[in-house]
Amino acid sequence: MGYQTVVEDNIDILVVGAGLGGTGAAFEARYWGQDKNIVIAEKANIDRSGAVAQGLYAINCYMGTRWGENNPEDHVRYARIDLMGMVREDLLFDMARHVDSAVHQFEEWGLPLMRDPKTGAYQREGRWQIMIHGESYKPIVAEAAKKSADKIFNRICVTHLLMDDSKENRVAGAVGFNVRTGNYHVFKSKAVVVAAGGASMIFKPRSVGEGAGRVWYAPWSSGSAYGLLIQAGAKMTQMENRIVLARFKDGYGPVGAYFLHLKTYTQNGLGEEYESKWFPELQKMVGKEYLDVEASHRTHRPIPTCLRNHAFINEVNAGRGPIHMVTMEAFQDPHLEEVGWENFLGMTVGQAVLWAATDVDPKNENPELTTSEPYVMGSHATGCGAWCSGPEDVSPDEYFWGYNRMTTVEGLFGAGDAVGGTPHAFSSGSFTEGRLAAKAACKYIDDGKAQGIRVSDEQIERRKAEIYKPMEHYKIYRNEVVAGTVNPSMINPRQGLDRLQKLMDEYCGGVTVSYMTNEKLLNIGMKKMRILFEDLEKLGAGDIHELLRAWELKHRTLTSESVFHHTLFRKETRWPGYYYRGDAMKLDDENWHVLTVSRRDPDTGEYTMEKAPCYHLVDAAE
Amino acid sequence: MPTFVYMTRCDGCGYCVDICPSDIMHIDPTMRRAYNIEPNMCWECYSCVKACPHDAIDVRGYADFAPLGHSVRVKRDEERGTIAWKVKFRDGREKDFLSPITTKPWGKHIPKLSDVSGPDKDMRDGQLLFNEPKYIRMDEGGLHTLESAGLKLEEGVYY
Ligand SMILES: Cc1cc2nc3c(=O)[nH]c(=O)nc-3n(C[C@H](O)[C@H](O)[C@H](O)COP(=O)(O)OP(=O)(O)OC[C@H]3O[C@@H](n4cnc5c(N)ncnc54)[C@H](O)[C@@H]3O)c2cc1C
Ligand code: SF4
Ligand code: SF4
Repeated sequence: MGYQTVVEDNIDILVVGAGLGGTGAAFEARYWGQDKNIVIAEKANIDRSGAVAQGLYAINCYMGTRWGENNPEDHVRYARIDLMGMVREDLLFDMARHVDSAVHQFEEWGLPLMRDPKTGAYQREGRWQIMIHGESYKPIVAEAAKKSADKIFNRICVTHLLMDDSKENRVAGAVGFNVRTGNYHVFKSKAVVVAAGGASMIFKPRSVGEGAGRVWYAPWSSGSAYGLLIQAGAKMTQMENRIVLARFKDGYGPVGAYFLHLKTYTQNGLGEEYESKWFPELQKMVGKEYLDVEASHRTHRPIPTCLRNHAFINEVNAGRGPIHMVTMEAFQDPHLEEVGWENFLGMTVGQAVLWAATDVDPKNENPELTTSEPYVMGSHATGCGAWCSGPEDVSPDEYFWGYNRMTTVEGLFGAGDAVGGTPHAFSSGSFTEGRLAAKAACKYIDDGKAQGIRVSDEQIERRKAEIYKPMEHYKIYRNEVVAGTVNPSMINPRQGLDRLQKLMDEYCGGVTVSYMTNEKLLNIGMKKMRILFEDLEKLGAGDIHELLRAWELKHRTLTSESVFHHTLFRKETRWPGYYYRGDAMKLDDENWHVLTVSRRDPDTGEYTMEKAPCYHLVDAAE
Repeated sequence: MPTFVYMTRCDGCGYCVDICPSDIMHIDPTMRRAYNIEPNMCWECYSCVKACPHDAIDVRGYADFAPLGHSVRVKRDEERGTIAWKVKFRDGREKDFLSPITTKPWGKHIPKLSDVSGPDKDMRDGQLLFNEPKYIRMDEGGLHTLESAGLKLEEGVYY
């Protein structure tokens, strides 16, 4: 095929994906490994890659211990409540106790953080969020990573991790291809930090046609963090815990600042408050421990995000839609109006474009909201991802195997969306996890754990053949038909993606079924998945760009398969409003107050599922 | 709201190709100018629009839900450290916004960690990260531990 093989040898720390987690890892790795060889492999250009490419208007995870605002354990309790108890509290505590130092550095580097004119503290949007002018958030953290890394390879789509041929279950680097030149890239590395982001577009989006890329999480969030880790046999956790977001309709503009700072609120189509009337019934499903409206009023205990979605979804299904955001009051204040618009321009420009196109001025009318299709990710109000070790001074035995943020594969670390059980990390927490993973990875190498790694030529050649197979397949079969994309021996990546999205939607609880599934549907869906995997062997890619889409699809499909297995395993409805098991509509603490853990055998593709204990932070005196 | 490129403004410099996170801005081989090869994979993130030195890229709302006749233009100025937006509604109304994008000259205040003095053994064996504990609270207070917070981890059902 004429593509060269480019080998980068003797890497100490390879960072795969340099979004917020990866830039944090690359930056910090230099401090703990001043003589180490640090290399980044990134699918796009690190200056504008990942979920923060267009900027952010808020940092959603900041304790403010400097201003006496919160302690790490407060944040852990908040995340626990929001996720209906299912979190890794050791990892969360660890992230929360370090996150402020990341944010203080951002300010020093030039990121404009807003300040409260009265107190001098950072301007709060809500208890955990601070407001920023973050258009250049990504270029700024990218600059930090550039200062630390020895080499940065932009436009490398990493497809597989390399495994050590001398010791089982130990990582040895990664491989991928250059999206511009087509060349095959081999990275031999002692340790790898995977920070390749979460998964959008695995469920059918509400948008269609030209708008199909208008998804909440970025369309380039290809589930690669999960695809790479699952293929390598790393254990995953909480993959059933997909998230659905209540957002402005069609443009998916964020609502955080609207609710928290602008104090806007929602109403049904009749102009009524609707949430509270769904809560008694909901309380019967989840129990008073998880939803106690009076206690919430008294103590400001938050109502979990999923439960608020539940009220939204049911109100619409009862025929009282649409749900509106009442902006007309707040937007009379010119300052708040400005904040409202800048919020979109700072992180979801598309919403501003849509309102301009439809003459919606929120000062004069209350815009519509919607609930999105589900997403699989691990840093927002959900915690999908790898089963990772926690820090030694916090974690109980079941959560600790030597190195912080190391997956169950030796030398393989995670950060951000890649790490499971750590919701509410957001941008700052993901960056912090990257730092923690980098420190641990350096220690792993210094402890001599990466000695004697061997990567066979056979492995390198095997992966190469696998990577380019869609292009070979295309060359062989394209002339079977006169022209066009309909071919009996081949599907293209878009056709495969459409198939995946449709079957995830209909069998795994997407929008068209109001987020509902059950055992029967899941089993049918999984059968269809197996055939999709067979057809993915007949994926055709006409050029390198299509090869990129082919591998994104493969990573998305691996992610989806894991979601199916986890959703089937957890026989209860833990997060009404995210998804429902119609055959087990109640939350069941007796059997399911546990974290779900899976492993896909890399040789056979077989899944094994297990329950892991859920540990909670409690007062030492108790 | 996918991007499109004005024929008369683009000179084929490729900046947009270099930056697009979705890899969809490509140079057309005959026209030698850029265009969006896959509009349904565009996130309207404006990275390419901001990067174009000739204001050749614009955005028109997704055909499936945005009517024609609007525009949202942007000017990002690294020297001044600002970003300016102009929102034009379908009915002709306009709104302008201006925000800072940085408070410092680019990259000058980010330390090169190969030049700072490295961590000692205690730090390596402990839980601190670079610049900690100071940067956590900006004072001499130490890092939180379970002990310092009066906590323990217990298996079971807690709410
Ligand atoms: C619309 C929106 C609004 C948000 N609002 C906020 C907010 O207000 N405040 C806040 O703090 N957080 C917010 N977030 C969340 C925040 O962006 C994420 O939590 C954070 O970016 C996750 O970091 P990450 O490193 O895991 O993933 P990302 O930052 O997405 O990075 C993943 C990286 O991996 C690369 N990659 C992917 N696949 C491959 C591959 N195969 N090979 C090589 N590289 C690959 C990607 O190009 C990317 O650079 C928001 C996110 C979105 C989408
Ligand atoms: S707006 Fe973003 S996704 Fe769309 S073409 Fe430009 S850089 Fe690419
Ligand atoms: S950056 Fe602007 S001028 Fe350069 S190729 Fe792209 S559209 Fe054309």
